[in-house]
Amino acid sequence: MNILVVLRMVPDVVEELEIAPDGKSLDLEFGRMVLSESDDHALEQALLIKERSGGTVTALALEAREVDEVLFAALAKGVDRVVKITGPKEGATTREAAHSIAQVISSEPGLKGADLVLTGTQAINDLDGLMAPSLAQELSLPFLGIVTGLVPDSSARSTVAVKEFPRGVGGEFEVALPAVFGIQAAEKPPRYVPVAKVRAVMKSQRIDSVSAAATEEPSLSLLLVLEMTKPQPTAHAEILEGSPEQTASALCGILAERGLL
Amino acid sequence: MGGATLSVGRSSPEITLENLLQHPKGQELLTCIQCGLCAGTCPYGEVMAYPPRRIIAMLRAGMLESVLTSDSLLACVACYSCMAKCPRNIQLTEVLLPLVKEQVFLRLAELPAELHKALDNTLRYGNPMAESPRKRAAWIKTVDFPIRILAEDPRPVDVLWFVECQNSYHPRGQDVSRATAKLFHVLGIDFAILGNEEKCAGECARLLGEKGLFETLTDYIMVVFSKYRFNRIVTSGAHAYDAFKHPYTAAGFKYEVAHTTPFFADYLEQLKSRLTRKLPYAITYHDSCCLGRHNGFYEQPRWLLQAIPGVKLLEMPHNRISATCCGGGGGGMWLDTYYKTKGYERLSERRVKEAVSTGADVIAVSCPYEISRFEDALKVLGYEKKVMVRDVTELLSEAMEV
Amino acid sequence: MSAEYWVVVEHWRGSVSQITYEALALGREVADQLGASLHAVLLGHNARELAATLGKADSVIYADDPQLSEVVAETYAEALVQLLKSRKPKGIIIPLTNVSLGAGTLLGARLGLPVVNFCTDVKVAEGAVQARCTLYGGKIESRVTTEREPTILGLCPGARPSEKGLSDQRPPIEDFAVSLPEPAIHLKKYIEPEAGDVDITQQEVLVAVGRGIQGQENLNLAETLAKQLRGAVCASRPVIDQGWLPISRQVGKSGATVKPKLYLALGISGAPEHAEGMKNSALIVAVNTDRSAPIFNIAHYGIVADVLEVLPALSEAIESRKGVGSHA
Repeated sequence: MNILVVLRMVPDVVEELEIAPDGKSLDLEFGRMVLSESDDHALEQALLIKERSGGTVTALALEAREVDEVLFAALAKGVDRVVKITGPKEGATTREAAHSIAQVISSEPGLKGADLVLTGTQAINDLDGLMAPSLAQELSLPFLGIVTGLVPDSSARSTVAVKEFPRGVGGEFEVALPAVFGIQAAEKPPRYVPVAKVRAVMKSQRIDSVSAAATEEPSLSLLLVLEMTKPQPTAHAEILEGSPEQTASALCGILAERGLL
Repeated sequence: MGGATLSVGRSSPEITLENLLQHPKGQELLTCIQCGLCAGTCPYGEVMAYPPRRIIAMLRAGMLESVLTSDSLLACVACYSCMAKCPRNIQLTEVLLPLVKEQVFLRLAELPAELHKALDNTLRYGNPMAESPRKRAAWIKTVDFPIRILAEDPRPVDVLWFVECQNSYHPRGQDVSRATAKLFHVLGIDFAILGNEEKCAGECARLLGEKGLFETLTDYIMVVFSKYRFNRIVTSGAHAYDAFKHPYTAAGFKYEVAHTTPFFADYLEQLKSRLTRKLPYAITYHDSCCLGRHNGFYEQPRWLLQAIPGVKLLEMPHNRISATCCGGGGGGMWLDTYYKTKGYERLSERRVKEAVSTGADVIAVSCPYEISRFEDALKVLGYEKKVMVRDVTELLSEAMEV
Repeated sequence: MSAEYWVVVEHWRGSVSQITYEALALGREVADQLGASLHAVLLGHNARELAATLGKADSVIYADDPQLSEVVAETYAEALVQLLKSRKPKGIIIPLTNVSLGAGTLLGARLGLPVVNFCTDVKVAEGAVQARCTLYGGKIESRVTTEREPTILGLCPGARPSEKGLSDQRPPIEDFAVSLPEPAIHLKKYIEPEAGDVDITQQEVLVAVGRGIQGQENLNLAETLAKQLRGAVCASRPVIDQGWLPISRQVGKSGATVKPKLYLALGISGAPEHAEGMKNSALIVAVNTDRSAPIFNIAHYGIVADVLEVLPALSEAIESRKGVGSHA
């Protein structure tokens, strides 16, 4: 089983996010980058499949600040090869990133012919589209998202995939391979890797660097961001006053407005 | 898998679990008389499958692997009880246990979720709470006099105050920091903090067996210290104090270091004249493992408390060298749910019951973990309206009229 | 040909999802401002009768195919591609939920169309459609427009009250034939969640109870409310410690971290150890007798009252609101 995992670094929201002077984008100099949460699950799922049925796992990521630590940690967790893709500018949209990554997957020896391409189901900055279906389209592969279970057949020709529907209902699908999956949650939480192991890997293993061909294409995202703002957080709750009946009724109105009733 | 290493001075030959018995430090283990005092005094003795006595026996018998593949040692809260009571003075908590736990840690199939998060956060943000490093010094804005941050004003200073994570970010910890700052201020001490450059000192990671994380933090902090000129380091973190005093020496730490409680006790005469407000509290002091058993500071906090007018000091049956741990060390701070699933009693609840039995209305503490742990235990046991938890510095500050 | 605006109908297991009506309400506004007609695109199999409640639209475009009997992003995208060969709306609203996720991106990628995700509002300014999108877990808002049509908008729940998307008019139905290739993805069966075994991190609504619930015997009040809101009950540490709920329901530093659309904190003080586990919930409403409880610092709305009085009142208020139109 040949598994590719696509990892993406996204702005870390634990830090304050700052808007760039142009008022339309994030000030990327200011913040830090972190691995997108569901990509971590995609990586874990890939490792679980490898442990169960053998095979190789390759992790790919676009160059970004702090991506090296993530790739070394992936190696320390048991990934066989990690590839850093250089070329695209930091701040590329999801579809732009998908295009570059798909290009590399299609042209780089050792990356073509994967049975499974896994990535997180959704990232916090997927404004112009999601990674998994974008990749699927670029690679002409089938796609299934919001996957919480993945059990490939030993023939590597098909897999059972469980997709999460509302209210905890799971949908069990059969998917012909090769295919792209957007992983919502791995079967187990992403494993911890001791810092000593990562430090050892930094000394003994390396990250392969591959450049994506520069494209003259106009922006693939096709979006025009007019403005980016930070909604002001309220420091204190708005207190609803009155009798239990009155406050309950007022609360109902608020919930209804938000589509929660 | 590589063996565990203990650097006793980074230039000396590496000690591993394998060569431990051949190394002088390790040969002390051979003097163990298998008396079992360690197991008997361990707060989790009844659930600890491998107390130090048994680990040493297994080591001698070449059967250490069973110890290393068990998760039993996650119950060790690194309270130093075994080490303090050992009649042969074997360096159990300081040497043996971290070495063994390092190997256990590498073999654990799955880390309990809360602990996993705390370690990830500590590596990434320099604190276990996933708080932004940029907000570490935000609390100083709530103090009504300026507090110097060395990165902004690097002139030499008398005291570099190492604040610690809980004291920087947790609301109750910030209460302690405000009180501590007030004491420094009132005593006219020239002090400064590292602000956002400060990160976790890593002692709990080390005691848990996450040696790589400890070393990463040590390397970082030693570089930060080297940038500034100061006479001494004073910290309100009991575990941070322990780290600097002991394992950091291997990384070249040579600075004078003190914990705030014994530090302020040195200024007792000066403080006494300022403690003018009567606090009619019956206080029982909980000896912190790091300050007390490990470093011998039993009387200093008591002198400070007794200097407060109106205070009556009550002792718990387990006090000083016998004090029972709040359960926060060695990773215990993030293993409450894990212990609960195993059916272990929470040590903080056990200790709070003992405190309540003295009739005290205040539990005085000097380690940041103790405040949230005991306040939580009081709530769970239903005593939160009867008994409150206060740090020694908070009580001193409260006893000062402005 | 006059301008058109589309809303893709989300339906699942025989019912039209609430978000469809929210989307219709929004779509109606946008279409009216553009001077366009609004069409609901219904893809399904033997699902014609679902069109009856979609009268907010000027017509329902209905494509029937056995392969559309289950929602598979691939198949939906292909059907829409075929639809778009002969008609060109200015925009297509597709709900962004567990049911429909992915279809919008696939469609956009296949036809080189702009996709705008995480929309929470849409308005028309100078004849152009502008979307407001919430990114980075709610910390950033973006105003976005596009220059190519149709623009695909991925709509978040809650953009408009669903009542505004209802209508008692039956819309005309335009049938459209699609020819769908053999899919690589087959739904074999649904797996129902085990009774009592709830993953609170996957819930959209959480009714959280703390010490203020006072006793295990009062938990049923919270359960009732949770059922009404289609969510689940969770708790702070002290409640779990008492054994009133299993550990799987614990929220906080020692338990789960949750980010539901609605977190109702009932009788919870909001100590940092609990707040850590839920502070990023989209909407936090707290009920506590203590006006100075820290929970009110992170809640969006608060009620200073006894949980045991508010709970039944809330359940009753919700009951009397129901019957506004039956939808899933």
